[in-house]
Amino acid sequence: MSTAYDADQVAKLPDERIISLTPDVWTQPFWDAAAHHRLVVPRCTACGTFRLPPSAFCWKCRAQEIEWVEHDGRGAVYSFTIVWHPLLPDVADSVPYVPAVVELPNTNACRLVGAMVDTRLSDMRIGLNVELVWRDVEGGVAVPTWRPAEGE
Amino acid sequence: MTLQDKAAVVGVGSTPYYKRGRSLPQTPFELAGKAVLAAVEDAGLTIDDVDGLALYSMGLGGDTSLFAQVLGIPEVRFTATLTGGGGGAAGSVGLAAAAISSGMAECVVSLMTLQQAASRFGASYAPRGKPGAQYSAPPSPEGNFIQPAGLMGPGQMFAVLTQRHFHLYGTKREHLAEVAISTRENAIKRETSIMQNPLTLDDYFNARLIAEPLCLYDFCLECDGAVAVVTTTAERAKDLRHPPAYVRASAHGGNGRWGQAIVWMGMPDEEYASSGHRPVAKRMYEMAGLGPSDVDVALLYDHFSPMVLMQLEDYGFCGIGESGPFVESGAIRWPNGSLPVNTHGGNLSEAYIIGMTHVREAVEQIRGTAVNQVEGCEVALATGGPASIPVSGLLLTKETG
Repeated sequence: MSTAYDADQVAKLPDERIISLTPDVWTQPFWDAAAHHRLVVPRCTACGTFRLPPSAFCWKCRAQEIEWVEHDGRGAVYSFTIVWHPLLPDVADSVPYVPAVVELPNTNACRLVGAMVDTRLSDMRIGLNVELVWRDVEGGVAVPTWRPAEGE
Repeated sequence: MTLQDKAAVVGVGSTPYYKRGRSLPQTPFELAGKAVLAAVEDAGLTIDDVDGLALYSMGLGGDTSLFAQVLGIPEVRFTATLTGGGGGAAGSVGLAAAAISSGMAECVVSLMTLQQAASRFGASYAPRGKPGAQYSAPPSPEGNFIQPAGLMGPGQMFAVLTQRHFHLYGTKREHLAEVAISTRENAIKRETSIMQNPLTLDDYFNARLIAEPLCLYDFCLECDGAVAVVTTTAERAKDLRHPPAYVRASAHGGNGRWGQAIVWMGMPDEEYASSGHRPVAKRMYEMAGLGPSDVDVALLYDHFSPMVLMQLEDYGFCGIGESGPFVESGAIRWPNGSLPVNTHGGNLSEAYIIGMTHVREAVEQIRGTAVNQVEGCEVALATGGPASIPVSGLLLTKETG
């Protein structure tokens, strides 16, 4: 049995009051770039392996040094959920929202998670091509969200 | 050298199971102490015999120093906590068996205590900071890559894994419903269960969606209570009150890149839509010299119904991706299915004490005293997790190997 939606029902965004970033020295550059609406993914300079979230060691070769590689923010939905029940009062007015795990091409399958925008619920599917839309939130930071790519 | 058959579970005890917050004004430590005393009594032992504690889930069960002080344990010779969360439930008994088989201790208690009056696990990964709010995990640098998308609770996160399983294998909500309904059928036969009304397919499909594809009945209960078990040497177990439930094997851990699992979503593609238990199952069966066809009853950690399906696959009861049709065939029903699952009513319908009820049921099945007894039960499997590493498994047997 599939769930039927009103054809026009569109995903909302979770209320920004839930967003609270606590970067460390390894993740800070990611968020600094995000604030300027740039997606950067750290790549190990020793073996070329990308890693997300940014972390102190390369899981493949244990080296530490990285370079930040610019990414165009296009990818495909690897999986997702449609959240109907607000876990906190803060998001009571922002359901349904749709967290999506998106695989980034050319990054040895790194995944980046963000909520969907401009998306009809009935269009959500694994494999959907998406593009990144930066969401500016309080405090001068931005977090990734996704919308269906043109042609989808 | 392995711990095979060197230890046995000899006592189980618990408080009543309460809906969230209803155990007040008892303190969490009081609940824990009652369960420990009941388990020791059930074994025919006293606190004077206890010399170790093997805990899990951030020591939620209780603190050893306080037990020792308040209950008057004569001498503590072993105390350790399996890292991680609920994934350590079954493994905490393995930890007890490891302590016993190495000679460090002789009589070890494992337990879990839960009182969700102040905090709700359902929002474990929600941000702190709201007045009065208490959650179990503050935002972390890694969590920052998940939580701004609105993923704040384990149920939402496991829904993402489930969606992928649906996509890859054609698994359907009907399959989740079969887990929920069969578990409820088992629960309503037990007076200790929180849920006492049957669940129909209509009820299931009329329930509100929480995080698709999961609805209300795919989620475990929110409970208070405590459950404790006592493990001792196989030698000593022979002379105690109940028939021993031998620890044939136990394993915990997981593939390294399973890692923080739902809290990072970067697990390798080949095990993303899984329970993370495959390597644990393999090691556990190898240690036991047993395989899935030897298991008479499976007590599978069921915080969310789809994770029962994925464990059925990862423990080899059916092929990868085949759990939907497997449960649809009636295989997990008690008493007539080929593999009765969660005969006690599970986390979904009996009580959620972070998996310790599964260990208790495994012991009762081996003793032959379970309410929904599997006839001729010789081998019982209990699991902890899916969760971040570790997940764990435990095989209890009526006879030594």
